[in-house]
Amino acid sequence: MTFLDFYEYSLIGLLLGGLYALIGLGFVLVYKATRVLNFAMGEFMMMGAYFYFSATVLMGLPWWAGVGIALGASAVLALGVERLVLRPLVGQPTISIVMATIGLASILHGTAVMVWGADQWRIEPIVPRAPFFLGDAMLPGQLVWGFGLASMIILGFVLFFRYARGGVAMRATATDPHTAMSLGIDAPRNTAITWVLAALISTIAGIMVGAMTNVSPELGLVGLAVIVVVILGGLDSIPGTIIAGLIIGWIESMSVAVFGSGVREIVPFAVILIIMMVRPFGLFGTPEIERL
Amino acid sequence: MRLGDFVTDYRAGEAVLRTPVQRVWFAAFLAFLVALPFVGGQYITFLGCLVGIHIIATAGLNITTGFTGLISIGHAVLLGVGAYTVAWMANNGVPFWLAIPSGALLAGAVGIVIGIPSLRIKGLYLAVATLAAQFVLSYIFREWESVTGGVRGLSVPPAQIGGFAFDSDFRVYFLIMPIAVVAVWASRNLFRTRVGRAFVAIRDRDLSAEVIGIDIVRYKLMSFALGALYAGLAGGLWAYFFRSITPESFPLQLGIFYLAAIIVGGLGSTLGSILGAIFMTLVPEVLRAMVNLAAIVSPAAVVYVSPLREIVFGALIVGFLIFEPHGLAEIWRRIRRFFALWPFRS
Repeated sequence: MTFLDFYEYSLIGLLLGGLYALIGLGFVLVYKATRVLNFAMGEFMMMGAYFYFSATVLMGLPWWAGVGIALGASAVLALGVERLVLRPLVGQPTISIVMATIGLASILHGTAVMVWGADQWRIEPIVPRAPFFLGDAMLPGQLVWGFGLASMIILGFVLFFRYARGGVAMRATATDPHTAMSLGIDAPRNTAITWVLAALISTIAGIMVGAMTNVSPELGLVGLAVIVVVILGGLDSIPGTIIAGLIIGWIESMSVAVFGSGVREIVPFAVILIIMMVRPFGLFGTPEIERL
Repeated sequence: MRLGDFVTDYRAGEAVLRTPVQRVWFAAFLAFLVALPFVGGQYITFLGCLVGIHIIATAGLNITTGFTGLISIGHAVLLGVGAYTVAWMANNGVPFWLAIPSGALLAGAVGIVIGIPSLRIKGLYLAVATLAAQFVLSYIFREWESVTGGVRGLSVPPAQIGGFAFDSDFRVYFLIMPIAVVAVWASRNLFRTRVGRAFVAIRDRDLSAEVIGIDIVRYKLMSFALGALYAGLAGGLWAYFFRSITPESFPLQLGIFYLAAIIVGGLGSTLGSILGAIFMTLVPEVLRAMVNLAAIVSPAAVVYVSPLREIVFGALIVGFLIFEPHGLAEIWRRIRRFFALWPFRS
């Protein structure tokens, strides 16, 4: 591998990592609010991409209307899921809720195949395709734009949680729902909002990934790979997720460069098996490891 | 009308079958299992074999998830380890009575390797590790062509002992069903021993379990390895039953199928493993029959079988978790109570 290859693959990997960090943010939000690892996150991404596909390709609407419809439909879906599946399980052991999200993933995947078929569909990318040049490295335009957008969204969320009243209330609910409620915060409502925000993030990520690859029922598999990112990032840390996203993106891109594209789908999973031996609480997660 | 089951010593209190009535019913059930392939047709025998395999795998997952409280998503790939081991050994002339235990042991060993890093710490790490193992091992099944046959997979010669070959569903039933009965019996008895009780203690409150002297990491690892061993056993029988395996035989969806089976049947109940496995084997059959009926009206309906199955599996998981968290085993218990107490109400 020449230095230029290394440089180019590294940059592509880091850009990809930005997207992973964005999807990871969805996991972290839900985990912080409810201590649940949401295995259906990838399926939310897939549904978002399909909503966008339906609006723009099937109904022929412009892209901004498509994004609006996709975000609206995902928000409704998330609210429905929260009300019908998660709220009845409040107070149940975490293991039950996690298994419910696995069941939910199965339902959403089946529904997508039923409604839109098992075929792959193309959607027109919103951002220009023209590549960027950084020195001698050629970077795919969509990836650069996607990275920029992902950074903006993540930054927005960080600021929201740090300074906005609603964000502070959500952090309070996540830390201790009982105290938050005694201070007049509507905890169930905040949990519902968290789910909606996570669904909105996944929708945007889903549209971006769908435009780069294809829209198919297997789009949700990306979500499973991102579970690796959030574990590495420590599950409850947003900065950790960003750095972990960049690391996993870089490793994935490098492995593809060295071993060929066949290994792409398993690299994150091979990495996590090693990480768990070394730093099980991730890079920046709270190191409150209970060795039980 | 029975007034109560009075127990006068500890042995009787510990017994699996506590009353003569239960023993009679159990004997009748065993006789039914022997008679099933003779009275049922080809299709019933086929389903019987499938149910037997699923019961073993479900009982294994129930040990890990239902009794010890550790979620395993990649249970299917452990079946794959057992199946590939058996297939490879059978093709190299190893007899089945050696190949099947080897497959089970190897799956158990793989379980230990997956479990060691992820079970040292509390939380959902085993779920993530098994998810990772699902993808990594599927990749190995696909790429390690010299052993696994790559994407085309392997075909398996029938199990043979002396001159007798288990080469039809009817014959292989008598290989699968006795093993299933022994496996379930063993898993039921496990929870009368110190080891099984330790699993339940860890599930119910890990801190208390550690305080009363249970080495938590060791027992969690043991629980997952046992579950993997059962999966490997089921996988080995799977290889001899279907006689052909490919990397696609053990997808993530199969792992979700087994999760659905333990939830529908009843987490932490041996009876639940049996009921759940039977129920979940029959669900796709019923769905297929319904879709075939619908296909008379519109032939296009056939493509809906597999997505419909996914939706129904997911809905069963969610629905049972919300409305009947103890599963079919609890419904069964209520029915039994109703008849035992009749004409009074519980």
